[in-house]
Amino acid sequence: MNLTLVLFLIVVAITLGITGWAARRARTTVQFWAAGRSIKGWQNGLAIAGDYMSAASFLGIAGLIAFNGYDGFMYSVGWLVAYLLVLFVIAEPMRNTGNFTMADVLAYRMRPAPVRSAAAVATIAISASYMMAQMVGAGSLIKILIPGLDAALKPFFAWSLFGVKLDPSITMVGLLMMIYVIVGGMVATTWVQIVKAVMLMTGAVILTLMVLIFFSFNLGAFFDSVAGVKDKATGLPFTDPGILYQYGKTRVWGADKALLENVSLGMALILGTAGLPHILMRFFTVPDGKAARNSVGWAMGLIGTFYIMTTFLGFGAAVLVGKANICAKVVNGKCASAPNNNLSVPRLADFLGNHFFGTIGGEFLLAFIAAVAFATILAVVAGLTLAASGAFSHDFYVNVIRTHLFHGKVSEREQVLVARITAALVGVLAIFLASATGASTNAAALVAGLAFVVASSAALPVILFTLFWKRFNTWGAVAGLLGGTIATIVCYILGPGFSVNPPKNPIFPLANVGIVTIPFGFICAIVFTYLGELVSVDRLAEQKFHEIDVRANTGLGAEGSATAMAGGE
Amino acid sequence: MGSKFVEKGAARGAPAGPEPAASSELRTDGSRWEGLEETREFRELMAARWRFVLPATIFFLAYYFALPILNGVAPDLMRTRVIGSVNIAYLFALSEFFMAWILAWLYIRRANTVFDRLAEAVRRRGGAAFRRGQR
Repeated sequence: MNLTLVLFLIVVAITLGITGWAARRARTTVQFWAAGRSIKGWQNGLAIAGDYMSAASFLGIAGLIAFNGYDGFMYSVGWLVAYLLVLFVIAEPMRNTGNFTMADVLAYRMRPAPVRSAAAVATIAISASYMMAQMVGAGSLIKILIPGLDAALKPFFAWSLFGVKLDPSITMVGLLMMIYVIVGGMVATTWVQIVKAVMLMTGAVILTLMVLIFFSFNLGAFFDSVAGVKDKATGLPFTDPGILYQYGKTRVWGADKALLENVSLGMALILGTAGLPHILMRFFTVPDGKAARNSVGWAMGLIGTFYIMTTFLGFGAAVLVGKANICAKVVNGKCASAPNNNLSVPRLADFLGNHFFGTIGGEFLLAFIAAVAFATILAVVAGLTLAASGAFSHDFYVNVIRTHLFHGKVSEREQVLVARITAALVGVLAIFLASATGASTNAAALVAGLAFVVASSAALPVILFTLFWKRFNTWGAVAGLLGGTIATIVCYILGPGFSVNPPKNPIFPLANVGIVTIPFGFICAIVFTYLGELVSVDRLAEQKFHEIDVRANTGLGAEGSATAMAGGE
Repeated sequence: MGSKFVEKGAARGAPAGPEPAASSELRTDGSRWEGLEETREFRELMAARWRFVLPATIFFLAYYFALPILNGVAPDLMRTRVIGSVNIAYLFALSEFFMAWILAWLYIRRANTVFDRLAEAVRRRGGAAFRRGQR
């Protein structure tokens, strides 16, 4: 039996074991959505790291660095620094005023039905693009790393649905994430994320150490050999900026295009994190604001350490394996297929294992890293499924349709049942869409180019204004959420997009659209707040500002952990 | 009724944004919060928070965007090697991590000592008005 397959099955067994244990802790809404608010600060820190660092981080960034040198590192920098915004203005206020979803905070001040509906649209746009990227990535990864599994499953997928053939690997990942979320809710999702964070850190530390041992811990020698690797097109050494972003070549809107792309990317990375629904949701699982704050501290320690290691993995792969040898099919040590930068880390693992422990070592390390990547994807998609189903069931179904339109009371039991059903629907839809798009998608670009941009253009302005701007009202909130989402999608479709083979002269010149859509989202929210005032004064929004202001900053009246609550009632 | 309304909304995990019920009830509720907002303790808390958060945010945004902008505007400077083959661009990028960690540590330290103490004072005041909700 294939070693990789064995390790995959171990990951599956551990995570399903966690889910079984968590099943009894997913009965009430506060358990299902917020793990009973009983996750400790450091545990949540690990879970945030597990929720956040996706395949785009582990395989994507290291791959970019391995193929383009220094410029790929910009993703690492942005994705860590972003947490300062989360720490300063988001984490504690979220915990102090929210309940289960991002929209809960908005609905505090605004008319619930329109803002919840608009927030659900933004949440689903973010989660869907994020999830697609992860699942497509998982599909191609499994096909390459354990070809046997995909082939063995193939006969069961010989049918097609509405002309779409389901992809066996994508379907398997989709089914697993559905089981975690439906059976174990937030408790299972949290612990799957914690296990994944530990595995990912272990894998990255082992590989980094092996790279350093290879160079006898001589960092000077390591960077000398990195500088010895030259980019073919530009002639620049891999330690220099300018390979991925070729500065001074083309001009757009009277400025350097590469510079605009890089700044635009930076804006989305640094502002988007604070608007990601699946990350915001994590802050509802801890007992209080202090724990929320401390969990960000833990997460930043882990995430930062990991992202610094991406340079050793990426540069290591560039030096030790080489761009020409990183591809899916290696025959007699030579590449028999097109280079694929997502495989840089697995190929590096193969090389290092081989170098230090012979053929078996190479196989084992490769299998281990493949299992880490698999666990990474599973943990992230589980968090995304939970966030998307929260938007569907808690925000839209329970609070808009049932409570608002039909003035009904929805029982605890029904709420959890609906949550499970929507999680299943989200899962099926994700499997279907990911199978339909297939390998034409550039995963890392899709995440950074779309999900983070919608988060920073639609969700962030509205969250910030709700918490800090007294005059903000329902009009502004709805306009910000919808305007930011629509602008991003439109610019994205008109731009070079996420295809592996982008069009030559797109209408919108930049691949990173944030530099236009983020200001647009903020302006929409501001302009429509004033326009809305002319139509009707949203007195409630202004009155409630005093309440949200006190609550967000002091935690007064915030719900404690489930156990403490039971004692108090 | 006002205080009960607040606790129930959060405790039940029912729709969090307590939806507007009778407007009279709302007004009393709102004015209580407004009263708390005007206490000396709360003003001190907000002043202390913003004194840290505002300059820290401006600093980290400026520091962060300096990196891509310098890479684009002054590539030759950034490619200058300082320690062996390690150039300014890499050291700058690395320094961003330490900048983020140090700012986070400073914030958490300040919050655990200063902000939490002030927030506790506001909560004690609020506790009298709202009976419960200490956390």
